[in-house]
Amino acid sequence: MLWWFKSPLESDRRLWEHPILSFHRGRKVKFLFEGREVEAYEGESVAVALYAAGINVYSWSPSLHRPRGPFCMIGKCSSCFMVVNGVPNVRTCREPVKDGLMVERQAGWVPPPSPHNDSIGSQSREEELRTDVLIVGGGPAGLAAAIKLSEYGLDVTLVDEHFKLGGQLLKQTHKFFGSQELFGGLRGFQVAEKLISKLREVSNVRIFTETTAFGVFRGGVVGLASRDSVVWVKPRAVIASTGAQERYLDFINNDLPGVIGAGGVQTLMNEFGVKPGEEALVVGSGNVGVIVSYQLLQAGVKVRAVLELLPEIGGWFVHAAKLRRYGVPILTSHTIKAALGSERVEGAVITAVDERFKPVEGSEEVIKCDLILLAVGLEPDARLHAQAGAVMKWVPELGGLVPVRTEYLETSVPSMYVAGDASGIEEATTAMVEGWVAALAIASKMVDGSKAEKALNELTKYNKFLWSEYRSSPVIARARKGKESVTVTQEEMERLRATYPPPIHFR
Amino acid sequence: MKGRIIICRCNDVTLEDVEKAIDAGIDDFELLRRYLRLGFGPCQGRSCLAIAARVFARKTGKKVDEVLSGWRVRPPIVPINISAFISEGGD
Repeated sequence: MLWWFKSPLESDRRLWEHPILSFHRGRKVKFLFEGREVEAYEGESVAVALYAAGINVYSWSPSLHRPRGPFCMIGKCSSCFMVVNGVPNVRTCREPVKDGLMVERQAGWVPPPSPHNDSIGSQSREEELRTDVLIVGGGPAGLAAAIKLSEYGLDVTLVDEHFKLGGQLLKQTHKFFGSQELFGGLRGFQVAEKLISKLREVSNVRIFTETTAFGVFRGGVVGLASRDSVVWVKPRAVIASTGAQERYLDFINNDLPGVIGAGGVQTLMNEFGVKPGEEALVVGSGNVGVIVSYQLLQAGVKVRAVLELLPEIGGWFVHAAKLRRYGVPILTSHTIKAALGSERVEGAVITAVDERFKPVEGSEEVIKCDLILLAVGLEPDARLHAQAGAVMKWVPELGGLVPVRTEYLETSVPSMYVAGDASGIEEATTAMVEGWVAALAIASKMVDGSKAEKALNELTKYNKFLWSEYRSSPVIARARKGKESVTVTQEEMERLRATYPPPIHFR
Repeated sequence: MKGRIIICRCNDVTLEDVEKAIDAGIDDFELLRRYLRLGFGPCQGRSCLAIAARVFARKTGKKVDEVLSGWRVRPPIVPINISAFISEGGD
């Protein structure tokens, strides 16, 4: 054997059997991780393929040199940055695997190679584009909006950062409630399949994947950047349905590989069929926490405990009861104090808390686990609105900063709309309805005659459903209260615009 | 590995750093952000901003809304390839 021969990575965390899911894997591809061959499947991201191959450490942090692994898996955090084909700081969670890629770990923020280096590619192509409506984000809200606008004959441009459309629907494996129009009875990823195939049938929607809307500029121009081009779009209206990111939590060694967002784990195991670990501790017993715990069991992961800071379980009773039946302890008035391990989680220190959420002395306990899920809520990602100068408000019930809007979901930047989790955390069903509402509000202004009237009628119907039916359920009273607090009348919006003049106008 | 509570994963800012800076007299959130480079990394504050704002609000007795009122988002709102900014020489 030659001394420089490096053995291929042979461990495989992929699931080949699952009680409710079957994973349709693409063609086999091979790439190199620090000289070692990795086998992967077309359609996977580099981060997913490396995780499946047993890699825990993806990089070392810039000044404390701490090992880091993937955290959010959807391109929001910075934990999966690696060097790919010589280019540093590549978000590997949304970098598709390809034959012959060369992937290496990076230590800190590696400066980009000089512009004369071939690996950085040549100058970007630049294009200009006019469109009726630009939709940023191809999750449930953006897809629903695009389909609705296409029905009214408008020219639509839809962009998404990922190489796949569907957003977080792709990892939702529970069945939806509601009517057929709202895809009741289907699992989230099936809803995504339906929406995407509908979108492929229409001719007036232009789709850009692996493309980032990086800013809104004077004159109402939006910059879109992809691997090799920059497109300057001049839309007449914008819907930013940019989703959410997972909330982080402060405890000792909260950055250790194996501490992953609950959504990140769902991406790994539900979307790509990769077993995220052997023994998990779940922090947070809201709906995401209890649902993901059950999904962990389905994937063959042992759930050691679910921790809840409050004295009561946050999620729906049916989900919590299911966990109890499987013998998973849900520890209320408990929190995590520390993650243990050096390059991967090996355990966790948990503690009971008193009514003021202070740790109870002597209640510490060590739990053996190799995976810690953070299911402590989501935070809206409405940065594009904030950057465009929309009036924002901090609403704890909605998870953070969101733009103030009218009931038609128009923000204080005229013709800039918000829909889905970016408007405040709710769920996929409300995201789709919000997508329709924003689309119909725009259509009613852009089309003429009887079509405009039809749009207004549809708009009234969906808004009535949203506010008088769906959100009247007591289990979502908190989100309703939040949404009420940022929804203003047209007159109030005009007053806001007079006080905080919008710097951007779309024409 | 030394046990640390990381607030900002991009720039390795710890909870201790945040608390020390506030105790040392930094009474403006934007100043704190500039001092510690919170939110100046590639994720642009997507992990740290909310935690830091809550810690700051708690320690200074302000409301989170107030704390974040000076926060501005500037383009590019996410890192993009440098080649997007490279234009042909000449003019």
